[in-house]
Amino acid sequence: MATTLALVGNPNVGKTAVFNALTGLSQTTGNYAGVTVSRTYGTLHLGEIKVKLADLPGSYSLAARSPDEVIVVDVLLDQQTDEAPITGIIVVMDASNLERNLYFLSQLIELKKPFIVALNMMDIADRRGIKINCEALSKALGAPVVPVRAHKQQGFSTLCKAILALYQGDLKVSSSVGCTFPESQIQAVAGLAALLKSCEDKLGRTVPLPEVGRILIDAGGYAEKRIVRRLGPDFVKTLAEYREAAVENGASLPAQEAKVRYGWVKEILAASVTQPDPRKHSRSERIDNVLTHKLYGTVFFIGIMMIVFQAIYSWSGPVMDLVDGTVGVLGAWVGAMLPEGMLQSMVVDGIVAGVGSVLVFLPQILLLSLFVALLEDCGYMARAAFLMDKLLGWCGLSGQSFIPMLSSFACAIPGVMATRTIYDRRDRFTTILVAPLMSCSARLPVYIIMIGAFIPQTKILGTPFTLPAVVLFIMYGLGIAVAVPVAWVLKKTVFRGEKPPLILEMPSYKVPQVQTVIKKVYREGKDFLGRAGTLIFAVTIVVWALAYFPRSASIDEIYAVQRAEARAAGLSQAALDQRLTALDNLEAGDYLRHSVLGRTGQWIEPVFRPMGWDWRIATATIASFPAREIIVATLGTLFNMGADVNVESEGLIATLRGATWPDGRPLFNIPVALSIMVFFALCAQCGATLITIKRETGRWRWPALAFAYMTVLAYTGSTITYQVASLLIPGV
Amino acid sequence: MIMRTLDQLKPKESGVVASLFGVGDTQQRLLEMGVSDGAKVEVLRFAPMGDPMEIFVRGFHLTLRKSEAALVQLEG
Repeated sequence: MATTLALVGNPNVGKTAVFNALTGLSQTTGNYAGVTVSRTYGTLHLGEIKVKLADLPGSYSLAARSPDEVIVVDVLLDQQTDEAPITGIIVVMDASNLERNLYFLSQLIELKKPFIVALNMMDIADRRGIKINCEALSKALGAPVVPVRAHKQQGFSTLCKAILALYQGDLKVSSSVGCTFPESQIQAVAGLAALLKSCEDKLGRTVPLPEVGRILIDAGGYAEKRIVRRLGPDFVKTLAEYREAAVENGASLPAQEAKVRYGWVKEILAASVTQPDPRKHSRSERIDNVLTHKLYGTVFFIGIMMIVFQAIYSWSGPVMDLVDGTVGVLGAWVGAMLPEGMLQSMVVDGIVAGVGSVLVFLPQILLLSLFVALLEDCGYMARAAFLMDKLLGWCGLSGQSFIPMLSSFACAIPGVMATRTIYDRRDRFTTILVAPLMSCSARLPVYIIMIGAFIPQTKILGTPFTLPAVVLFIMYGLGIAVAVPVAWVLKKTVFRGEKPPLILEMPSYKVPQVQTVIKKVYREGKDFLGRAGTLIFAVTIVVWALAYFPRSASIDEIYAVQRAEARAAGLSQAALDQRLTALDNLEAGDYLRHSVLGRTGQWIEPVFRPMGWDWRIATATIASFPAREIIVATLGTLFNMGADVNVESEGLIATLRGATWPDGRPLFNIPVALSIMVFFALCAQCGATLITIKRETGRWRWPALAFAYMTVLAYTGSTITYQVASLLIPGV
Repeated sequence: MIMRTLDQLKPKESGVVASLFGVGDTQQRLLEMGVSDGAKVEVLRFAPMGDPMEIFVRGFHLTLRKSEAALVQLEG
């Protein structure tokens, strides 16, 4: 039978780095049944033997407060029925932070499964003057302890030997190691276990002893809730009696647990570790003296954010031009290969123009994910939470919401999923509902197009920043500015209640690991291309078809007559060519207006007039409700179909600049560009995000609420922007 | 006797945890993170806007708000 070894540990101990070093590229990801915690499996090759490893989410304790946290307990106790049984545990610990790491280990030991310890970050411990006697530690824990340096891949041959022994069942569970709880608590656990055993029919399973312990200790925790749901609310009273009996002398049960465990940890440390006295100030601390400093820290934070935006806007330029040029050449080449007609139009106007204009943004999306991954991996994110907590507190959220919010700048989907680290349900749901307001990478194409086409390249006086970068910064700021009142209102109405705590580890700074960063960037890029290849591709074809059909014979006739007249008029060759090209464009425009899309668009145009939009912008926007980056594709398709298809694509920006109202006035100006950007900044045009919200919250009402409030905001905000900007900016 | 609580310490000051006020989720999280009886805690700094605060406890750095720190009674 297939068995699995589990990799567990506190957050920030380098668990992922160890996992990467052990399994290389042979990793698969997915979700656990029923919850959205991602599970990652990998295979470790030990000669002929293949060992399956499961990378479990980092946790500080087995006390679960949410369905997602209970996953670690369930997997380790083989309660996830569709998973292969866990026959051994690899515990990754931070050598420079042993005390708290050992607290978690004391809980893991009680699972009564064989384990080994991978002691990471020995170099940092060394630098801080912490001397660890691994042999003594191994003896005290009754398990192998292997020092490793995951980032440098040191110590892995020894670790692999230990893993092999673990896998082959050579390691035995030592019964003498572990905490000794007061007799009252042991009695209570035994009593509760017996009671739960008698209810097995109702529960549908045998509750393992370690879980019984959690049910007893964690008042209001997830383990308790799961049992109460099956056994009814009366069980709460029974539990309370057991809890009262379990406490030895007046303290609370969790306090008693912490006392016993940290007492045990102290013994282990005394036997194996010497700490310097007084402690050495770490490098992280010296960095933090600057980076979380009242003044410098704030300046640095704003500076970092500005640099990110400037970089996205200007550094990716050359690569984008390259992609854009390639797409243009490809379009012309394919166009020349195909006979004129429907197929040519579909391929050139529909597919190449549509998908191509989305592909152009891959460099920027990769660059942004790179920044987010770097900030996450080096440990700065926790500092950002520290700096921003008070600010977020004003809208009723905590610094913990900052990380999901910041991730949402890359994409709301990982952002919404990252809210799982927020303990408080109300906080979590509020964060989920405002996360889509953050300007994700899919909005970037819209900003880039609009800014590139209509915002002048002027330098802001006395700064290295240009006006386009500042407008981009403002667009990103808009999402935040709107999220604050929205979150505040949500916390005052739908999610009213006490403010949840902020208790957050500040991990040591470390040099980001190349492999981890690359993997994150790669995943973002792959997802983006996946969307471009499927959803965007499909929508592009549908939009093209709606804009192409019906082909009315009468239009064809009118223009055939006009062409014949032009040829018969005896014009010079140059004049005739010009006239024929003009007729082609007029014909294409007529077809578009008479198409299904054109008619529908014109019918609803009045709704979008207050925002300064014509039916083409409106139609492109509506077509991009499944995924907002489609706007670029549909704009490309819609505005290209009014132009001569045989001319090499001159780029969407030039096409948009040349677009006009029927009376010849330019369609786009700064107010229109701004109103489009504001609409996209505020609107929930992302089916995938809405589906993710449903998955994370369990109900359709939350994505529905997000969609409704964001659409209203987008329409109102966009209208106000256009109207105000039209008044303020002279000459339009 | 008026007991000091963690939120009353200034940067660079330290104390030893005597006990936590009350029972609940916040307290349990603090306990798990090592803010429990007998732990030495040192205040490192306060955030630019005065809250939250960063402390050094059991060998690592922890951020918590003053409102949470007010639950932590110190010895002496």
